[in-house]
Amino acid sequence: MMGAYRRETAVAFGIFVLGLLLVVTAPGFFTAANLNDLFLANLPVLIIALGMTLLIVTGEIDISIGSAFAVCGIAAGTLAKSGAPLGIVLLATAGLGAALGLVNGWLTSYVRVPSIVVTLATMIVLREGLRWITQGEWVHDLPADFQWLGFTQRSYPVVVAAVAAALLGTFAWASRYLVAARVMYATGSDPDAARLAGIDTRAVKLSAFVILGALTGLAALLNSARFNQIPANAGLGLEMKVIAATALGGTSITGGKGTIAGTALGVVFLGAIGPALTFLDVSAYWERAVQGAIILAAVAADALSGRAETYATHLLRDRA
Amino acid sequence: MPEPLLQAVAISKAFSGVRALRDVSFDLFAGEVHAIVGENGAGKSTLIKIMTGAVAPDSGTLVVGGRSVPRMDPALSRSLGIAAIYQQPSLFPHLTVAENLAFALEGVARWRRVNWSARRKRAAELLDRVGAALHPDRLVETLSMPEQQLLEIAKAVGGAARVLIMDEPTASLSEREVDRLFRLVERLRSDGLGLIYISHRLEEVQAIAGRVTVLRDGESVATRSRDGLSRSDLIQLMTGRELSDIFPKKAVTPGDVALELRDVSCRAAGIRNVSIALRRGEILGLAGLVGSGRTELAGTMYGLTPADAGEVLLDGRRVDITSPARAIALGIDYVPEDRRRHGVVLEMAIPANVTLASLHLVSRAGFIDRDAEHATASRYVDALRVKAASLDDPVESLSGGNQQKVALARALAANPTVLILDEPTQGVDVGSKSEIHALMQSLVERGLAILMISSELPEILGMSDRIAVMRGGTIAGVLSRAEATQQSLLALALGHA
Repeated sequence: MMGAYRRETAVAFGIFVLGLLLVVTAPGFFTAANLNDLFLANLPVLIIALGMTLLIVTGEIDISIGSAFAVCGIAAGTLAKSGAPLGIVLLATAGLGAALGLVNGWLTSYVRVPSIVVTLATMIVLREGLRWITQGEWVHDLPADFQWLGFTQRSYPVVVAAVAAALLGTFAWASRYLVAARVMYATGSDPDAARLAGIDTRAVKLSAFVILGALTGLAALLNSARFNQIPANAGLGLEMKVIAATALGGTSITGGKGTIAGTALGVVFLGAIGPALTFLDVSAYWERAVQGAIILAAVAADALSGRAETYATHLLRDRA
Repeated sequence: MPEPLLQAVAISKAFSGVRALRDVSFDLFAGEVHAIVGENGAGKSTLIKIMTGAVAPDSGTLVVGGRSVPRMDPALSRSLGIAAIYQQPSLFPHLTVAENLAFALEGVARWRRVNWSARRKRAAELLDRVGAALHPDRLVETLSMPEQQLLEIAKAVGGAARVLIMDEPTASLSEREVDRLFRLVERLRSDGLGLIYISHRLEEVQAIAGRVTVLRDGESVATRSRDGLSRSDLIQLMTGRELSDIFPKKAVTPGDVALELRDVSCRAAGIRNVSIALRRGEILGLAGLVGSGRTELAGTMYGLTPADAGEVLLDGRRVDITSPARAIALGIDYVPEDRRRHGVVLEMAIPANVTLASLHLVSRAGFIDRDAEHATASRYVDALRVKAASLDDPVESLSGGNQQKVALARALAANPTVLILDEPTQGVDVGSKSEIHALMQSLVERGLAILMISSELPEILGMSDRIAVMRGGTIAGVLSRAEATQQSLLALALGHA
């Protein structure tokens, strides 16, 4: 297959170069404490990006996940304070996220409003609704066993790393071997052809929204457990980080193409580039501009190579 | 003799080796309506495209107003006074009538202030000239099809067109609207325009054309004056061709009725009271002109636009086909006409395409068995002789004929009992074509029932056991293999039986 895993290779190479640069110029970057912080800060991005990859593969997008993340975080904290056991808090938070995804998915698939518009609206509704309900008040006085979810500050990163690795592995495997994933790729590549092959493309899109929602809830819970209070304004700009990492990892914004491995690499690269710039004494003001430029370069590379490839296949076909 | 407005001399054109026009000559005089008729694919649209500069001929010359035009392009053709009105209007739906006219007629001084009142006044004048009672401020999206057509004509008239080409202008018009259009055509003609009129409806051609040119297989077979030209003459001229292809069709004793439609209608698809029965071991050809409802009927049988009246029986049992998934589960499969857009998923590899409609057969509890999937794919790739460098190639990289075979493989992998093939060999090379025909024969020998939609009369005649002819969304008649001829089919399709 022509150019398979080209993007993944390119991003992995970028990470390698960045690492090399840091080893030489800023060895302080590689201290355990710094890496631990970096991992925990980017964990929500990674978990949500897994779901976002699937959703974008079906040809849709969800920009409300930042708001959903905040809502789920507050809900998790409130529930924990009311004395609910952790297992229930976990299920309820993921369930709430899934329900929010269901609403987005239903409006997109069955009411047929474009997903960018639907989730722009729910992004605002959830954010403002949360502000109105909480009056900006954070959730304080969390039960003692909520922080670190009953683990210690030392063991927690190990546990969540295992969870993240398990999720990553499951999603990477599922995207290749599950019928449910295959129909997502078909739906995103060519909705008409998928429909004619008997695929219920609306249900497929709906389920991608729900999976993303559940992962958003899970990420919100894991993130809340890091602190002893939960902010009402969490997740601002989270959707941009997630979508950027997904796009950088090679997922086609028009659907049908993308791998979990690429997304994971995209998360690592974008997560590392900001702090790396700080270590390299580049002004923090440049961080987002550099991130933006990288994403633009990645997407432009996609468009250009896509065009070149289409041209090449046309030539080949004419020869055949 | 006056000079012709437009002359095409010995035009030839081939598309990637397939001949579309050979040595076609055509002329048009001022004050004349000159009709072009021919079967689907006879070369009518190519000829128009050459006259409007959309397509360059391989050889031959265009002469406009006595001047030879060696290199025609759309802008030049417009400035020489050639305007074309296609079946699908080329208007901006979100702009007003006046704005649409202005786009076509006002200059390109980009920063000039718009003179709105002059623009409206001009629009009103033009609309009046073509007898269109349209307000200049109406949005084009609110116009009906005939109103949009009038606007197109106003555009042409306003652009000082001397040659007006109309491609199937009456396809979506009611009888009254047709009358109105004809009066307008007559007025334009007497104003000294030359009109080229393309239509499948021979009665219209006879009613308004002064001369008729008949195209067949890319060649001009005759240009005759209307006087003394009967419908049967025209049909004879349009079809008078030997069956040049050899079809592998053998008689198969038809079995039980597999699928039966009783009085099926679907308002959304424009299907009215269709009753047909499809037997196992039979190829039922579905003929008809473009727009007669063949593909729409297939869509209804496949659950894309479910029937809203009538009964569908599968093996004698009443069924509701509400979605393609349901149709596939019932054993009905469909290979659509536009394979690149609908038949295959271009970006996906061959195995994923082959098993797309039958994933349940290569998976257990939702897990795809990649080995089984590959085995299925390679079995069909071998059986249908799909030529691919590697099984893992995206279908995009295959030739048209091989893409079509993959689309067929996808349908066959779902083990259908009824197979609907929509233009199965359109745009397919000769070799793949006869392979597909041989495959169809072997499928009916195994007891499948095939419904084949085709615009190619030799294919319909050569491959079908029986032929149903559609006209206006319903079955105009069913002919047995013995009684079907090109003439009888075309007569049914045109409504002159």
